[in-house]
Amino acid sequence: MEEKELRAVVIATLKTIAPEVEEGDLRPDRPLRNQVDLDSMDWLNFLIGLHEKLKVDIPEADYAKLVTLGDVLDYLQKKLK
Amino acid sequence: MIEFKLPSLGADMDEGKLLEWKVGPGDTVKKGQVVAIVDTSKAAVDVEIWCDGVVQELLVQPGETVPVGTVLAILSAPGDSLPLPPPGAGGRGEGGAPPRRPITPAARRRAKELGIDLDSMPASGPGGAVTIEDVERAAAKVSLPRTAAASDKQAEMRMAIAAAMSRSKREIPHYYLSEPVAMRRATEWLAKANEGKPITSRLLMAVLQLKAVALALKQFPEMSGFYRDNAFQPAAAAHIGVAISLRQGGLIAPAIHDVGDKTLEQLMLDLTDLVKRARSGSLRSSEMSDPTITVTNLGEQGVAAVYGVIYPPQVALVGFGRIAEQPWAEHGTLTVMPVATASLAADHRVSDGHRGALFLAELRDLLQQPENL
Amino acid sequence: MKMTYREAIRQAMHEALAADPRVFLMGEDVGKYGGTYACSKGFLEEFGPERIRDTPLSELGFVGAGIGAALGGLRPIVEVMTVNFSLLALDQIVNTAAALRHMSGGQFSVPLVLRMATGAGRQLAAQHSHSLENWYAHIPGIKVLAPATIADARGMLGPALADPDPVVIFEHAQLYNLECELPGDWQCDIASAALRRAGTDISLITYGGSLPKALAAADQLAAESINVEVIDLRVLRPLDTATIAASLRKTHKAVVVDEGWKSGSLAAEVMARILEDCFFDLDAPVARVCSEEVPIPYAKHMEEAALPQVPKIVAAVKQVLGK
Repeated sequence: MEEKELRAVVIATLKTIAPEVEEGDLRPDRPLRNQVDLDSMDWLNFLIGLHEKLKVDIPEADYAKLVTLGDVLDYLQKKLK
Repeated sequence: MIEFKLPSLGADMDEGKLLEWKVGPGDTVKKGQVVAIVDTSKAAVDVEIWCDGVVQELLVQPGETVPVGTVLAILSAPGDSLPLPPPGAGGRGEGGAPPRRPITPAARRRAKELGIDLDSMPASGPGGAVTIEDVERAAAKVSLPRTAAASDKQAEMRMAIAAAMSRSKREIPHYYLSEPVAMRRATEWLAKANEGKPITSRLLMAVLQLKAVALALKQFPEMSGFYRDNAFQPAAAAHIGVAISLRQGGLIAPAIHDVGDKTLEQLMLDLTDLVKRARSGSLRSSEMSDPTITVTNLGEQGVAAVYGVIYPPQVALVGFGRIAEQPWAEHGTLTVMPVATASLAADHRVSDGHRGALFLAELRDLLQQPENL
Repeated sequence: MKMTYREAIRQAMHEALAADPRVFLMGEDVGKYGGTYACSKGFLEEFGPERIRDTPLSELGFVGAGIGAALGGLRPIVEVMTVNFSLLALDQIVNTAAALRHMSGGQFSVPLVLRMATGAGRQLAAQHSHSLENWYAHIPGIKVLAPATIADARGMLGPALADPDPVVIFEHAQLYNLECELPGDWQCDIASAALRRAGTDISLITYGGSLPKALAAADQLAAESINVEVIDLRVLRPLDTATIAASLRKTHKAVVVDEGWKSGSLAAEVMARILEDCFFDLDAPVARVCSEEVPIPYAKHMEEAALPQVPKIVAAVKQVLGK
């Protein structure tokens, strides 16, 4: 999957949880949950959304690796290969 | 004859606006069935009926705002063989037609000019009639930009929260206790439990905390119930209100019912569903009206501890701070431990600090045995 | 110039008697006594017994004589002491005066002016206190006037005498002592209703002795920020429906005040006209304040209770406004 395409899927999924998010305001190097104010239920739903759209499995042990938007994109890119 | 009245869907609710009837005259309804949708200052709520019966007459029309306790509909009990005539059926209602809503001729004409729907309009005229002024007021609202309407709603919710919290701090003598709770066993147990599970059925720590609170309440009934008319009414079951912040601002704390009797898996399903519905605005009346205690989890936002304001007429609120690693001394050894601070705000009219302390200790101990939750 | 209603009536008659030799006044006690309500004081001395004629107590007789004089070319003013006594003359008024122009195919007209006192409020009991204006307003062929102000008392007699058909003028007994400034432009028509107070929230429609009460109610309501419009019908037949409709188009609400009884009243007629002409302008049911449906009592407190009063009007207005 193209990086651009993947990014679009991730942002769209994020918007189902937090409709007010503007893509331009997201800093790829800052913790995503702080930027968007996601609690653990929101975070779980975000990951479930990604799992359903991209058919990737995200073990709970990997949650710690997913901090910034950049982390999420890198992680998914590797999983999809 | 049964009078179905607008229930109070929370201490901060004085009135509600009927948005929609889900039933009509002649329909048979079962206890717990959603019969109407009512807008409170906080959310649109699915209102359930509290008994079985047959709907005879709908007395309040969609669009009307009425005080709590107003009779919304008349029902006959399931055993009644004959349908009841509508009350005051002297000259009207022949053939069972619902009474016509009074709308003045001038209001009708003005509504037509403005293209306004008269059905969903509050009435202020003599005899509950819709007047020109009502039509023009409704038209002014419709033509406002949507953002203004949304901010109205937010302002309304702010006022409702202000009223309930002011009442709480005015009437309830709060006392506060807190206790650091070691969370290693719980986090390890949860990680293991989730390890083999697909992401869609994984549990959150919040579920363990809710269950632990419910189990602790079994020995401390004075923390769960309502303080009304200068007396405490303990609750038979633990219906835990979960504080859910709304993305557009504001807060709502609907209940998960009978938390103590449910499995963690079931609680997770319930919590997911509740959060989703709270945010989309389709809560049920029983969820709004009957939480017996509230749990708030501000630790999610990164604070160490929370000292809450009790939601009247409840008598206690349990808070959890964030889970963070801390130096931890135990049995003469210093280790690093994931710790969460559990706190209790409780009503001193109902319980004392001693009992509150024992309750928190029980909660702490329950969280050390996650496998038993 | 300040003057009483009584004096305005007197001046109007004096002017007519002085200006036109065909005009004469006839009735019980109008001559030597100077009129039951003292409206013709000094006339007998000034105009002589030919033109100021005291009559026997026979309404049927002297009203009939007046009709005859009118048919013969004179311009009689016939005074009947109260509307209650005029019932004795109904046959002459309804069957003769009102009908002759039609029955003669336009060959005869009856240029008669009938003046009579009406209304309650002076402890004169049932036989002297009723308001039966609506009975006359029912009859085609006559005009019915109800001057409620000094200006109308002064101004209505002239056009009434000039009218080729019978005109009945009702003077409410409680108005005779009313005193205020006579405006310079007191000349008036006998065709239109008058706007006595402009307002936007509700129309109070009234006439005669109830006008001062309606205006007092409007003053009281103004203190509560209720902006009342007061319409004085002035002419009870034919009714000026256009003025009523114009007011309703503005206020969308109305209360009719009428000292007659509700059933079959002039107030009922006004309400019917409003429904016919203004239905789609209405923003509340129309209400009315009338006398209680009893013969007017003698006892002061009971008489007061039976009549339209300012508090009753205020309450009716608030009810219509939903306040």
